[in-house]
Amino acid sequence: MAKMTRRNWLAVAGATTAAVGANSVFAQEPTPASTHNYNFQKISPRELIQRRHLPNVELITQDNQKVHFYTDLVKDRRVVIQFMFARCKDICPVITHHLVEVQKILKDRVGRDIFFYSITLSPEEDSPRDLKAYAKMHGVGQGWTFLTGKPDDILLLRKSLGFFYDDPKEDADRNNHSGMLVVGTEPLMRWAMCQGGAAPDWIATVIRTEADAPLTGSVDGIRQTDPAVRLKRAPQSPKDPNAMHRHGSMRE
Amino acid sequence: MAFISKRNKRREREIQKALNNRLELVKEGFTRRDLIKMGLMTSAGVLIAKGGLTHAQWGGHNGSSCYGNNCNVGCSPQPAQVFIDPMPIPPELPARPLTDPGLTFGAAPQQFPFNTINPATGLPYEGRGQYNGTLRPGTDFFQFFTQYPTQKYYVERIRANNNFRFTSDTNIPAQTIWGFNLGGSATSDVATMPGPTVVSHYQEPWLIRRYNELPTQSQNGGFGVPEMSTHLHNFHTAPESDGGPCRYFFRGQYFDQYFTGQQAGFASTHQPNGDINESLSSLWYHDHRIDHTAENTYKGLAGFHLIFNQFDTGNETTGFRLPSYPQYDVPIMLNDKLLDPSTGLLCFDSFNFKGLLGDIQLANGIIQPFFNVSQRRYRFRVLNGGPSRFYELFLTDPLTPSTQIPFWVIADDGNLLPTPIQVTSIRLGVAERYDIIIDFNAVKSLIGSHTKVRLENRLIQDDGQGPSCDLFSAGQGMSCVEFRIGSPVTDNSVNPATHPVFYQLPSVITPRITRNFNFDRDNGQWVINGKFANCNELRFTVKQNSAENWLWSNPRSDWQHPIHVHLEEHQILSRSNNGGRRFSYSHHSRRAGPGSPDWRSHGDCAFGGGGGGISTTRPNVPNVEVSRKDVTRLQANEDVKVFFRFRDFQGDWAMHCHNTIHEDHAMMLLFQVQPGVTDNNQNP
Repeated sequence: MAKMTRRNWLAVAGATTAAVGANSVFAQEPTPASTHNYNFQKISPRELIQRRHLPNVELITQDNQKVHFYTDLVKDRRVVIQFMFARCKDICPVITHHLVEVQKILKDRVGRDIFFYSITLSPEEDSPRDLKAYAKMHGVGQGWTFLTGKPDDILLLRKSLGFFYDDPKEDADRNNHSGMLVVGTEPLMRWAMCQGGAAPDWIATVIRTEADAPLTGSVDGIRQTDPAVRLKRAPQSPKDPNAMHRHGSMRE
Repeated sequence: MAFISKRNKRREREIQKALNNRLELVKEGFTRRDLIKMGLMTSAGVLIAKGGLTHAQWGGHNGSSCYGNNCNVGCSPQPAQVFIDPMPIPPELPARPLTDPGLTFGAAPQQFPFNTINPATGLPYEGRGQYNGTLRPGTDFFQFFTQYPTQKYYVERIRANNNFRFTSDTNIPAQTIWGFNLGGSATSDVATMPGPTVVSHYQEPWLIRRYNELPTQSQNGGFGVPEMSTHLHNFHTAPESDGGPCRYFFRGQYFDQYFTGQQAGFASTHQPNGDINESLSSLWYHDHRIDHTAENTYKGLAGFHLIFNQFDTGNETTGFRLPSYPQYDVPIMLNDKLLDPSTGLLCFDSFNFKGLLGDIQLANGIIQPFFNVSQRRYRFRVLNGGPSRFYELFLTDPLTPSTQIPFWVIADDGNLLPTPIQVTSIRLGVAERYDIIIDFNAVKSLIGSHTKVRLENRLIQDDGQGPSCDLFSAGQGMSCVEFRIGSPVTDNSVNPATHPVFYQLPSVITPRITRNFNFDRDNGQWVINGKFANCNELRFTVKQNSAENWLWSNPRSDWQHPIHVHLEEHQILSRSNNGGRRFSYSHHSRRAGPGSPDWRSHGDCAFGGGGGGISTTRPNVPNVEVSRKDVTRLQANEDVKVFFRFRDFQGDWAMHCHNTIHEDHAMMLLFQVQPGVTDNNQNP
């Protein structure tokens, strides 16, 4: 049997180079133009993600603090983001309960090098005080911020983060809202989704494998010597985009 | 919002405006065809200005359009011309002697994982034995390693290639892809997409050592994680070598995968070499890292693996006399991609959960290539490489699109059928394969003086949820490859029209149990039987060397899922419409009933068999699917009953949706096979 090597692959694939133009009959194909004048820019992929998915909208915490979503909450951080609303009777209590359990598993890492954010889907009715009461009712610990804001900003945020359905009717049904969690490490352009309905030990495993890869010990609990555990509390508004790297948490 | 720059504000307004436009149109229930009729859209798919929204050109009506100049269908920069590059054929991976430096690093391949810590990385040399990224000492030794001694050794290095071109058209810049190389350590041994083709022979056990040499996480170019699990899709493989979702390894590690090279049944029903009728032909390998499979395979981490035996020999003068490899036996991997309108570079939306469609069509890594053929029979092994699109492929004469051009299906999912079936189209969900025979001599007689036919995808698909019921007219779809027909040459291959006989379908026996699996969505989260994915939970236990029937149900009218099960193939016993026990919102709002504009755009319309007919013995199963399969499309409102055997190995395997976006989010469960266990849970 003849071996196909790199040297002869093109030879087999086709020796002639007959020119073929685009056929305008093919309406569903991208319309090729005779000349293009693409003016591609050099934009860092991290900035593109920020522009498209991490809008810097102003939000208000359960403690009535004004914060900016990108610069204050996400930039240079490991984050877990989800949407809820205080009067939600169905899915939100379940997922909030799961995250409380996850927080216990992750112990004091939450608020130190992993940050939880719950954003209300009902900014019209959820005041900071309501969110604070919700957090207290569920026994939410430190490092977990509940957020509200202007309805338009919340909408933009929700759509930018993928928490929406194409069908307007489905999308408008708050009780059917997405139970997914976005798990991200912003400076490393590493983003994943995890099911909020999954078992807390599995959610914790996902968060830790996202945060700490490569792992050197056990992930089921905090038994391992973990470089990230040694991390000092991250600055509230890091000015240096490489702050996390210098702290040694982004082990690579 | 004083902190937002004017530019940001403007962009946000644009996004919202475009979104509102689109939603408004969708709300009105207009389809693309309606808009064309109304003159709102040109036939090229550009929405005539309604406040600046440019509509998607390919596959973008209703679902996704280019808004905000994002990474989305309709936004990708396009080459000035297509069909300008020859379709490459991936090189064959060379076997290496055990003395090769790639096989002596750390330790020579051994039955137990070499988990000694490499001081250079602080991690075990070998990643085998890790689960969820963590070492589980004493696990994942090779089953049957001494009974079937390795005969062939291979090495691949998983690397970035920063100078990969999808087209020779310089309008489209060079790309960074991740791929597999030929195993050499030199930097000149670059990674390609698809990776090299691994060629194996039954009864010649082989071992592949793969090195993770991917860049660091921060050098991922926006998406991709440098953690790998390489699944050999379709082979009958033990968990330690299967490349399952939870057994990934890290940069700086290697991972040995050993394959017995025997057909299923080798340690049970057909000792010692397995059932010849379980021979597999066209497989592929791809990344399977849980939660990140879509982005990693999209970035290029996939390749073909072909297996020959004494009948399917790769030589058209022996055995079944199928067209000779590699001259007349050609793998074709189809992928659709998106390029970033700002940078021209491959882009991926990590925040998309419904499924990702592209508007750049690749075949073997090249945008719409041509392929020169002679007037004779060829075997093409066509793979839908994802991430989410379904294909229905036809042969089209671009100058006379109405000409129906038949061809032959000889294998479904790489498994030879009992005998060839003539068709005019094939439908492939993600990861499905068809081996087809095209007789270009016969094609030439149909198209007269014309010299080109195109492999054309005519399936209309609006979004990542699944295809519509409708086809584009011939010549109006997306051409994946242009075949240019040259002169007649000698052809010693078998003529499918003579109805040659290949393997018999393995017998279907009475199952020990029938289990039900409902694939659904719960608050935007994928669930199987209402439960969520979890690497730490083996959902149920199959008794080793037993047979089971599984009933897969899709209660939704507007989602389709190509379901893949590891370990052993299945046979489809029946397909039936379950009447849509649960309607989605889309169903209500977009499908009022017969006569409404969108009646057929999503709904319970199963694949009709592509001209190959429907089985007379297996209800609603197209003849081309009366086969052994490893991926089965679970269509809208459909129940599919499948038959499985679970032989030879012990351990855990995955079942999941192979729309890689759904897979990552995470329509998946793990099950195990163990001896002497009686798990009678019918709804696990």
